[in-house]
Amino acid sequence: MKKLTLKSENITKIYNRKTIFKNVTFAINEGTAFAITGKNGSGKSTLVKIICGVLSPTKGSISLSVNDQPILYPDYYPHIGLVSPYLNLYEEFSAEENLQFIKKIRGLDSTTDKFSEELLKEFGIYEHRKKEVRNYSSGMKQRLKYCAALLHQPPLLVLDEPASNLDEYGIEAVRNRMKLQKQKGVLIFATNDKDDLQFADTIYDIGQLNSGE
Amino acid sequence: MTLLASYHIFVKEFVSEFRTRYALNALLMFVVTTLSIILFSIGHDSPTQEILSGTLWIVIFFSAMSGLSRTFVAEEERGTSLTLRLLTNSTSVYSGKLIYNFILILALSIIIAIAYLLLIKEFSVKTYSIFWLTIFLGSAGLASASTILAAIIAKANTKGTLFPVLAFPILLPLLLTCINATKLSVDGAFFSEAIKEFQILISFAIVMVTTSLLVFDFVWKD
Repeated sequence: MKKLTLKSENITKIYNRKTIFKNVTFAINEGTAFAITGKNGSGKSTLVKIICGVLSPTKGSISLSVNDQPILYPDYYPHIGLVSPYLNLYEEFSAEENLQFIKKIRGLDSTTDKFSEELLKEFGIYEHRKKEVRNYSSGMKQRLKYCAALLHQPPLLVLDEPASNLDEYGIEAVRNRMKLQKQKGVLIFATNDKDDLQFADTIYDIGQLNSGE
Repeated sequence: MTLLASYHIFVKEFVSEFRTRYALNALLMFVVTTLSIILFSIGHDSPTQEILSGTLWIVIFFSAMSGLSRTFVAEEERGTSLTLRLLTNSTSVYSGKLIYNFILILALSIIIAIAYLLLIKEFSVKTYSIFWLTIFLGSAGLASASTILAAIIAKANTKGTLFPVLAFPILLPLLLTCINATKLSVDGAFFSEAIKEFQILISFAIVMVTTSLLVFDFVWKD
């Protein structure tokens, strides 16, 4: 795992003349779990997209550095793994084909195949790996999203509503991964679930900052 | 890395298209319908070669418009564009989709041209080298312009109608040149007489691809 630091300075997002949030400032270092919370429509998912570099802030900046080397957009993507309700996998492909596509496009080596198998087993969808994703339940799709996000072992894992659509077994697998990620890199997650919030070192309430909880 | 990622996106597009047939069915249905309408409307009349050259490119243009936008619209509708944005850089995405659109429209143009030559007896090509090179370069121009336009309209609410409306003024010089070159091929002109047309078609494709590469990152990110 690489050493990673993420800094956000005065991020403001205005969408359709409406200010979603303004002056969001934080710094996240290695070995930290950072939670973003806030009421519905407060901009948690928007902030997650900005953190991942797929959406531009209206004002302010976000900077990512890996091993003390600043990474500029668009070079964010090899260092980030994202699980989000807005992110879907290809439904006409099987789980295995989706992961193979991700492996190839990211330029990962053949050792990833074994890790891919391990992830499918860890999230309980190994038996269904050859089925097309369109035949999956929403919970199985969510599990597959975790496999896809973790395939390249990202130093920064970003989760938007981590436990959504998951059953008890799925939630347990996700929470184990959250613990592991916290030890190995940086974990950022957006949620209002109190059980998930207990993993956070810092909780950022969009609108009100509660540090050190 | 960019080249390899482009190749994998291109392969993914093909496999995905053959499994879902999002664009293929629409394209083929459009070709069959428009060719049938042209055949019925011609009837026993003998339209001039100029009119027939024009209608050939009208069929190719509207068939392309009915299918080429799917490459980005499908990604937006299925929520996979965010996945793709996190997997690789914008240049790879653009290049992969451009190559896929080019192969798709080239195959479609060849099918339309063959069907046109077989079904419309009044349309007889005398210089095949000009005709087929026009089909090839015209397809390259159509693919280059429609790929970036598809990326732009994928974010809009009125995707279906916006695509041909935006594409028409941009593609007008390309279509006029293609019609001229096709007319030269049916008139039996020498290859050297069509060089000017080919220069315009090549320049159009180069300008469109270069501009698209410059602006695609902004279109793709937000």
